[in-house]
Amino acid sequence: MSDTPIMRAAAATPPKLSRRIKGLSDRTIAWIFVGPTIFLLLAINIFPLIWTIRLSFTNFKANSPNREVEWVGLRNYQRILTDPDIWLTMQATAHFLFWTLLLQVVIGFSLAWLINRKFKGNDLWTTLIVLPMMLSPAVVGNFWKFLYQPQIGLFNYVVSWVSCHPPAGWLLNCIDPSSFEMIGSVNLAPWSIVIVDTWMWTPFVMLICLAGLRSIPDYIYEAAAIDRASKWRQFWTITLPMVLPFLMLAVLFRGIENFKMFDLVVQLTGGGPGSTTEVTSITLKREAFEKWRTGYASAYAIILFVTVFGLASIYVKALNKVKER
Amino acid sequence: MKKTSLLAATALSAAAGFAASTAAAADLTLCWAAWDPANALVELSKEFETASGHTMSFEFIPWPNFADRIQNELNSGGQLCDLLIGDSQWIGGGAENGHYVKLNDFFDANAISMDDFAPATVNAYSTWPKGTPNYYALPAMGDANGWFYRRDWFENADIMAAYKEATGDDLREPETQAELLQIAQFFQGREIDGETRYGAAIFTERGSEGITMGVTSALYPFGFQYETTPGSYDMQGAVNSPEAVAGLEFYKEFYQTATPPGYTDSYMEQGLDAFKSGQVAMAMNWFAFFPGLYADPNVGGDNIGFFANPGQNVQGSTLGGQGISVVSYSDNQEAALEYIKWFAQPDVQAKWWAVGGYSCHNSVLNDPGFATSTPFAADFLLAMADVRDFWQEPAYAELLQAMQKRMHDYVVADIGTAQEALDLLIVDWTEVFEDEGKL
Amino acid sequence: MSTYSITEPSRGQKWVAGMLVVTYAIITLMPLVWIILTGFKSPADSIAYPPVVMFEPTVEGYVNLFTTRTRVTAEQLAALPPPDGLAETIVRDRGMVIAGASKFGERFLNSVIIGFGSTFLSIVLGTLAAYAFSRFKVPLKDDLMFFILSTRMMPPIAVAIPIFLMYRSLGLSDTHLGMILLYTGVNISLAVWLLKGFIDEIPREYEEAALIDGYTRFQAFYKVVLPQAATGIASTAIFCLIFAWNEYAFAVLLTSGNAQTAPPFIPTIIGVGGQDWPAVAAGATIFLLPVMIFTILLRKHLLRGITFGAVRK
Repeated sequence: MSDTPIMRAAAATPPKLSRRIKGLSDRTIAWIFVGPTIFLLLAINIFPLIWTIRLSFTNFKANSPNREVEWVGLRNYQRILTDPDIWLTMQATAHFLFWTLLLQVVIGFSLAWLINRKFKGNDLWTTLIVLPMMLSPAVVGNFWKFLYQPQIGLFNYVVSWVSCHPPAGWLLNCIDPSSFEMIGSVNLAPWSIVIVDTWMWTPFVMLICLAGLRSIPDYIYEAAAIDRASKWRQFWTITLPMVLPFLMLAVLFRGIENFKMFDLVVQLTGGGPGSTTEVTSITLKREAFEKWRTGYASAYAIILFVTVFGLASIYVKALNKVKER
Repeated sequence: MKKTSLLAATALSAAAGFAASTAAAADLTLCWAAWDPANALVELSKEFETASGHTMSFEFIPWPNFADRIQNELNSGGQLCDLLIGDSQWIGGGAENGHYVKLNDFFDANAISMDDFAPATVNAYSTWPKGTPNYYALPAMGDANGWFYRRDWFENADIMAAYKEATGDDLREPETQAELLQIAQFFQGREIDGETRYGAAIFTERGSEGITMGVTSALYPFGFQYETTPGSYDMQGAVNSPEAVAGLEFYKEFYQTATPPGYTDSYMEQGLDAFKSGQVAMAMNWFAFFPGLYADPNVGGDNIGFFANPGQNVQGSTLGGQGISVVSYSDNQEAALEYIKWFAQPDVQAKWWAVGGYSCHNSVLNDPGFATSTPFAADFLLAMADVRDFWQEPAYAELLQAMQKRMHDYVVADIGTAQEALDLLIVDWTEVFEDEGKL
Repeated sequence: MSTYSITEPSRGQKWVAGMLVVTYAIITLMPLVWIILTGFKSPADSIAYPPVVMFEPTVEGYVNLFTTRTRVTAEQLAALPPPDGLAETIVRDRGMVIAGASKFGERFLNSVIIGFGSTFLSIVLGTLAAYAFSRFKVPLKDDLMFFILSTRMMPPIAVAIPIFLMYRSLGLSDTHLGMILLYTGVNISLAVWLLKGFIDEIPREYEEAALIDGYTRFQAFYKVVLPQAATGIASTAIFCLIFAWNEYAFAVLLTSGNAQTAPPFIPTIIGVGGQDWPAVAAGATIFLLPVMIFTILLRKHLLRGITFGAVRK
């Protein structure tokens, strides 16, 4: 490559000079190129954020333009943080977050590990497994509602079939498909959203883990084998530590996404029954676009933003430490 | 004499107005919920298209999203709808926030009198503030929450005998809420024609307004009040009165002991489904669906019967129904007003009832043949005599969402007691009214 | 002769791993297959108990998806001229006639307009900015990754509150332009970051050489860098498209009749009583198919896209 005459000439020319040869100055070009993007980011991301902060100190209601807007100071924040119902929705979100992350990490990592055995056709199967996460969560949520219907739904039927046939049939009593309601029962509904999210996003964790596994050079294992380290030991001392940064990255992305989860859950359970699956985004939507308490909802939005931002920052610090090791 | 000439003059000017606007034919969009009566209105509106030269488009939104989407549309100043058949609770917000065109001058100019419409419907669908002659809508569709049942089962000798034996009473259309529950419990889990049947389908929906509409159908007959004295916003002792607590406990017992499994989040559609598929002996639903049910080839005709919501301590039915309003953001207000003018005519109102809409016009309702015109017309009059509506305040959505949560938490998710649920509801509502500066 | 390798798993290991992965894949694909199958079921078959796997396929779901229908009496039906085409025959068998086209076509078209419009805009702006970030000294550069992440930390509902107010006063509510700008605003940071990665990989020497040959900066960018970055641009475009295509929260809150896309619409398809599941499934199938195809096309760059370029593989 570097043997071509052009390349040689390029290598010989100092970059500063070459840039000044013709046309607009680099500085101007840079601004022309970056300007529109900066403008859009300011208009769609920064300006709204500042506006939200401002609104959060008022009692503004977007559906009552004729109502006098008053500054209420920190009252919105105070109200939210002392509302027991808000803490219940935080609990629902925490349950959702914890279990989806745990399941996705365990299943995703196992799958990646299995795929990395490089069996024949692993590329094809990987692509097929990945499909669910590329779909529209709202459509997926709506359709899983159908799959969860007692009696007619595929999910209940499959659970029932599995429980009635060996090998599970030996351990369990046969479960009737109409005897349980995944999205209607207070006990099962929180799990129904965990299952769908896990179904949808396990491939994401799997892909990242796979990248991690493939980044481990073979010679490390070869060296370990020469040292007579057992497979088990190799897993704990080589595989896991080397994949850990990737795994943590996957957890970061999934954590952020699931903290703000809306479309999937709203279509699946709508936050019910009662408020058992009312994750924070659903509460936020109800406050902002059903009750139209814009100021209050803005304060809530800011609280959520600060929470994710704070948790993510701490997490990224930890991630960087792991990377450095 | 003078009056006649005045009328003639109005007619003339109206005709002139018609002619003038025919020149500039508009495409009007009417927004409503997607349900049976909406399809009937499409048919009826064809006459308006021929008469006026305007064309009509329709935006029918499924009930679960109706309030959400239309409120969003109105609050963003959207021009999607020229005409809106909006829920009764929206009138306060529609008026105070300037979404609806005030119709008083238009009514006066075109000799449309609100005295020609049933007073309860005018009060519920058209006026804001309540009790004042300020009109923001024309009553379009009267409605209340009623009941229907499997007449073929109720008149089956074996089932009647079994009911008599089980309860000591005759199986008939229930006259009290308690009797309603007793019948529903009797059918719950019973084998009929080789299949397991259930008592009744009731409203339990969480997302929009379902469970509130269902619960109030029990609360009103038990004696629930919103305020101790109307207009005082004094809710302590009214919302959580012993009668209200009993009514709420009743609804929960109904839900737990007399409804089909899996109906934890069901509203109109799911209820109709349960009835049409033969799962339930009875179902609560809006009168708006009754013409369609009666015409249904499978469950309708002689196989179905109807009754108004039974009383308990008092009579009371939950109000549904809508008025038709002109959206103030519309560019076609003139043409939209023409539609209302056309719709208000007595002969159009008569056809409206004939095709399956519930006219609120006195000339239709007071017609001697009305009560016997369909098997549910008399029940409709009965229900409309004692209807009660939810808060119609501009902040109705906050009030409704609070009630949805408290009711669903107590009835379906089984959290706390009825007393606690209603006490908490007062706390929520008080906060809303304080924010609104009404308390 | 193959050499023995310690790291190469044994045949047995491969076989067991393969079986487990295939089993997982089959389980995970079941719901998808079920969606596609349900689209070809009659309403009765779709809610049959127990669920049926063998059934007589029909396109009734697709017909219902694209039409609105009204019920007519048997006499009226008998008086009609013979049905014109398969769709009309199916509808008449249910005692109804086709009244017109449903909104699905419109909503789907909106998805296409907004999806492709915002993707195009994101790519144009993103490529320019990425080039500048890659080749010039630009302020903000080091904060970019952080910035991308932080804009993605805000729940969409929270962003929708001020956007709703802003669009209301600008008249952008429920317009294609408004949605295109919004999706571009959300996608642009991802696009810039991904594209910067791709452009970074193109040796600077190419342009430097072109500049010496008398090209201007613009020409060098247009004739040298763009062709080199084509693959990267294509895969970035698909990621932007998939986001805009699947997005629900903004669409449901900021659009209603005019610019609403398919995701908020599909769950609201209702039939005679309750949801018309075959029609919902038909809509879902049509809607999900392009994304499935893209995923298969994109598999090499998938990882880079979903991790915002953090993992390059």
